[in-house]
Amino acid sequence: MQFFIDNFDILRDAFLQTLLLTVLSGVLALVLGVVLATMRVSPIPPLRGLATFYVETFRNTPLTVVFFFVIFGLPQIDTVVSFFTGAVIAVGMYTAAFVAEAVRSGINSVSPGQAEAARALGLGFGQSLREVVLPQAFRTVVPPLGSVFIAMAKNTSIAAGFSVSELSSTLPRLVNANAGDLLVVLLAVVIGYMIITVPMAYAVNRLERRVAILR
Amino acid sequence: MRLTKYAAAAAAFGVVLAGCSSEAGNQAAQESDNAPEVAQDVEFEAGTTMAELAEAGTITIGTKYDQPGFGLLNPSGVPEGFDVEIGKIIAAQLGIEEDQIEFVETVSANRESFIQNGQVDLVIATYTINDARKQLVDFAGPYYEAGQDIMVAAGNPEGIEGPDDLAGKNVCSVEGSTPAQNIRDNYPEATLTLFDVYSKCADALTNGQVDAVTTDNVILTGLVAGNPDGFELVGNPFTQEPYGIGLTLGDTEFRDFVNDVLEESFEDGSWAAAWDATAGQITGEPAPEPPSVDRY
Repeated sequence: MQFFIDNFDILRDAFLQTLLLTVLSGVLALVLGVVLATMRVSPIPPLRGLATFYVETFRNTPLTVVFFFVIFGLPQIDTVVSFFTGAVIAVGMYTAAFVAEAVRSGINSVSPGQAEAARALGLGFGQSLREVVLPQAFRTVVPPLGSVFIAMAKNTSIAAGFSVSELSSTLPRLVNANAGDLLVVLLAVVIGYMIITVPMAYAVNRLERRVAILR
Repeated sequence: MRLTKYAAAAAAFGVVLAGCSSEAGNQAAQESDNAPEVAQDVEFEAGTTMAELAEAGTITIGTKYDQPGFGLLNPSGVPEGFDVEIGKIIAAQLGIEEDQIEFVETVSANRESFIQNGQVDLVIATYTINDARKQLVDFAGPYYEAGQDIMVAAGNPEGIEGPDDLAGKNVCSVEGSTPAQNIRDNYPEATLTLFDVYSKCADALTNGQVDAVTTDNVILTGLVAGNPDGFELVGNPFTQEPYGIGLTLGDTEFRDFVNDVLEESFEDGSWAAAWDATAGQITGEPAPEPPSVDRY
């Protein structure tokens, strides 16, 4: 208990960093992921190709390598971002590939008749996607999207190796200073992550039940 | 009683090996040249750790696998460095052959628990002696005294001469290391950039993302040696980091024994020979004066 009192400041700041990193990269991943999914189902071949290239590149590259590229590669071409911004970009762009695939699977699950009906009513591609297809698609992809975002919350821990003082980075720091309290340090960090991920899982469950399509 | 015959035979074997193959053979020859003589017919008081280890004929030593000059795993999977050589000197005095030493990787976070759980008999791993750690383990030594120093880009564009010049600058180190904590506590004006390994600090310094890198001088020397055109050492150590040998808390007999072995190696030149063959290759300087053992 004394350990928690003594190191509350460090743990709280690190927790807030992880939370902020999760929220910002989550927003980036969601927006970029939906745009990419739309591109992949669009009738314009170059857009489809570009989105496919993006998804296959990021989905098949380890996140650590993406981090290396953003943090140490970009400065080589004179693009310097702060370490925190770099972490948001790396996690966000990486996760966007998985979001795009989840959303695309949702779009494909909407029966073609829906899109055809929208077309028959005179809606354009953008309109029918926005008003008819995507709302139904999102309802079916709540569980897979939830998993993607929970995985992302844990993936932010890679940022510890790239100068972001988030939760996992407190592990070596606190262990070095409190060698006898190894288990307590681990417990503190695990609790920190669970404060973020358990409510996420709960919210996903609630949302899933509320929007479920009864077939 | 000691017999030099065995050591001579071992050395001759090493030379034969060197004749057989190129790189690995050379290394073997080099190692056997300065391999400590293994004591024969050692006798220790029954019940002591020394007696147990001598009886078993094997010892487990924890060391680092990623610290050039001190403990670094070579491409054939064998750790090399000054810490490893010190381990061999101690094992030799227990009558344990070099190939009977089992090396285990220890990192900063698990050194104490490995000793407490008996997973290792000794930890020789750039292990700074401090009061908090003395509560958990006993230390023999020190066998080397490092100091925190600063590495900057070649030419020292920011004009950093010491830790006080770090105010307002971006300084890189490794999270969880004593040097990083020292900057936090004593030089809060400096902006810390913390990675998990020092090689990333070197990358960041190359890119100009940080102005300086700080940690123990021996580690920085290894980084400078890797890129002599890009980096330079300020060469103004501002802390003292006595490296000790960790062993089970309360095992005073074993600690006294290790201290005796260390003092003997300081005197008979085997300590200096170990330095010259390992860390000395990186610094390019002769072995420093050995520190004096602290029997606290």
